[in-house]
Amino acid sequence: MPKYLRSLLALATVSLCVGALPAQAALKVLATTPDWAALVTELGGDKVNVYTATSAFQDVHRVDAKPSLVARARTADLVVATGADLEIGWMPVLLQDSGNTRIQPGSPGYFEAAPLVHLLEVPSAVDRSMGDIHPLGNPHVTLDPHDIATIAKALAARLALIDSANAAYYAARGDDFQKRWQQATLGWEAKAAPLKGVGVVVIHRDQAYLCNWLGLKELASIEPKPGVPPSAGYLAELVTKLAATPPKMILRNAYNDPRAAEWLSQRIHAPVVLLPYSVGGTPEAKDLFGLFDDTIKRLLAALK
Amino acid sequence: MAKLTPIAAVIVFVCLMWPGAGHAATDDLAALRAELEALKTDYTSRVQALEARIKQLESAVATATTAPPVYPQPAPVAAPAKGSNAAAFNPAISMILTGNYASLSQDPATYRVAGFIPPPSGEGPGRRSFNLDESELTVASNVDPYFFGNVTAAIQGDNSIDIEEAYFKTIALNNGFTIKGGRFFSATGYLNEIHSHNWDFADQPLVYQVFLGGQLAQDGAQIRWLAPTDYFIELGAEAGSGRSFPGTQRNSNSLASDALFAHLGGDVGDSTSWRLGVSWLDVRSTDRTYDDVDQFGAAVIDAFTGTSRTWIADGTLKWAPHGDPTYHQFKLQGEYMHRTESGQLAFDVTAVTGRNLAGDYNSSQSGWYLQAVYEFVQRWRAGLRYDSMQSGTPRIGLVQLGLLPFAAFPSLASASPERTTIMVDWSLSEFSRLRAQYAWDDARATERDRQLLLQYIFAMGAHGAHKF
Repeated sequence: MPKYLRSLLALATVSLCVGALPAQAALKVLATTPDWAALVTELGGDKVNVYTATSAFQDVHRVDAKPSLVARARTADLVVATGADLEIGWMPVLLQDSGNTRIQPGSPGYFEAAPLVHLLEVPSAVDRSMGDIHPLGNPHVTLDPHDIATIAKALAARLALIDSANAAYYAARGDDFQKRWQQATLGWEAKAAPLKGVGVVVIHRDQAYLCNWLGLKELASIEPKPGVPPSAGYLAELVTKLAATPPKMILRNAYNDPRAAEWLSQRIHAPVVLLPYSVGGTPEAKDLFGLFDDTIKRLLAALK
Repeated sequence: MAKLTPIAAVIVFVCLMWPGAGHAATDDLAALRAELEALKTDYTSRVQALEARIKQLESAVATATTAPPVYPQPAPVAAPAKGSNAAAFNPAISMILTGNYASLSQDPATYRVAGFIPPPSGEGPGRRSFNLDESELTVASNVDPYFFGNVTAAIQGDNSIDIEEAYFKTIALNNGFTIKGGRFFSATGYLNEIHSHNWDFADQPLVYQVFLGGQLAQDGAQIRWLAPTDYFIELGAEAGSGRSFPGTQRNSNSLASDALFAHLGGDVGDSTSWRLGVSWLDVRSTDRTYDDVDQFGAAVIDAFTGTSRTWIADGTLKWAPHGDPTYHQFKLQGEYMHRTESGQLAFDVTAVTGRNLAGDYNSSQSGWYLQAVYEFVQRWRAGLRYDSMQSGTPRIGLVQLGLLPFAAFPSLASASPERTTIMVDWSLSEFSRLRAQYAWDDARATERDRQLLLQYIFAMGAHGAHKF
């Protein structure tokens, strides 16, 4: 079959030439969640071109390694992922099939957020009988603004490292973001003061960082084990258990099935609060600032 | 100590305000002032540090007492011991357990898809009653900064071991190139690369069973190139020894199994994604024997030597609300294959009838399947599959020359086998699946086979990431 080998060789030559051309003006970033995409936009402005692999209506644990994502991984200069095994079901396929060495783990073009912050709920022992637990700790790190600040600092530095021509630009935007973010965080903390000690029920343990930050008390979770949907028996048990310490509200994310939460809500007379969880989860959560603004607004509204 | 700060401040204040301080003392005063200032800041910072520590301890105590009663915080993992750790580089290991219970209305030993030269294995629904299916062991890891290695061995229920895949793959090539070498499932078609535990039905479509012997594994090399476009465009080529069906092990230095494939994929909105593919497979075989019965009812072994060329077109579409398959997902998948075989067909190679003859052989055959699987409620899926094959009538030289009647090749008599399969499966978690499948199988020349299969699939160990 020398004929097809020849055409393949020709193709290879052409693509090598294309690859050798100077990089395009905007840095291509593949972000695994809308939150990381929003953060990259805050820091990178018009110097970056961000593609978001998932939306706020998707459970990031369960995403297909779809062809469109493999194609985006091929051309990405930088992958921004959560890490801590959150994307383990699909990210390895994208990285392996991409034929792109820039974004392989260990390269500057592969950025993981979770290892930068103090992870909650790191299990001392892991076993699949415990459900979908994460050996490295709870990976849902986006809902504590202090963690976002830490991650933003590292991400700005990473952008400057990869795209050194615009290093000063990223540094300036990074500083500006930190200032605005710090200001906003103080505002949120002041506003959210009445939430301290308020008892809540969650669905999956993906609000752990929010609860930890605001001092909300997680009294129970609707999933008996991470990733395991509740049975009728378990829900009935919850009703009895929660009678002693009635929660003020049940937290639900945009991507959760509302049925179990609503069933429980009727029995224990606590409202279900829909939270955006991710940028884009509610119309108000347009960016990271909107995400926190809206989350706190909705929590406070439920408290009244 | 906290009291020292105001005292220092008072001293400094008094010194500064001391009205009697003359000019002569200005230098001394300045020095004293600096010293006191230093003393002050030193104490202030120390005091602040102590205050912060007290606060920290207080808040820790407070957190401990108000910790949620339902979920005590798990203890943090002990820091990894420093020094050498031989296990640190262990590869990812996973094991898949599969087995089934089969109730078949026809004897599986006589199963044959009518009209086609049968593959040596991979055809039919398997044995009756309880069966241990393959236990699939996968060991995978990066080898070094340049290669990734993967071995998948299927330990069969009959105590034999098949090396399904054992390949290396490059991880350091750029510009979209990936090279794979060793034994690997060919990227021709859609289903061929997918391991059995990820199939949506308990068995392969008829066209895979008949044209590829279930699944085509190449011993050879593969190169893939992914285009730098927003659409998924992938081109690839393979060269192999052709040791597995439709090829045979040959005593030859040449490559006997060539494949070309192209894949195109993308999204429609945020709920739908798709992939289309077209593949070409060219395989040569030598003395590919199969069992048949001649016109007098004598069991004979016939053999094909020649070239087998297969075109494959495949299409897959997945839909899930907002792309989230947790509660609902729909998957539509179909493939069409057309195969021409040309070469020599030998009759009765062991000469049991005393007539070992050979002549030309040309066939043009096709088959396709279409299947749909829907997750109608979380964890539950239902599926429907239809299989159809068209054997046509091959041109057999021995028959055309009048040396043998067509009845001497009953396996090749024109037929249009078909099969309809329904399936329900229940996945308690990502790692376990229980399935019930029922098929009306009209693949045999004679009677319909009604097949009930109850299957279990359990995955242990490393969390594998799955292809689209």
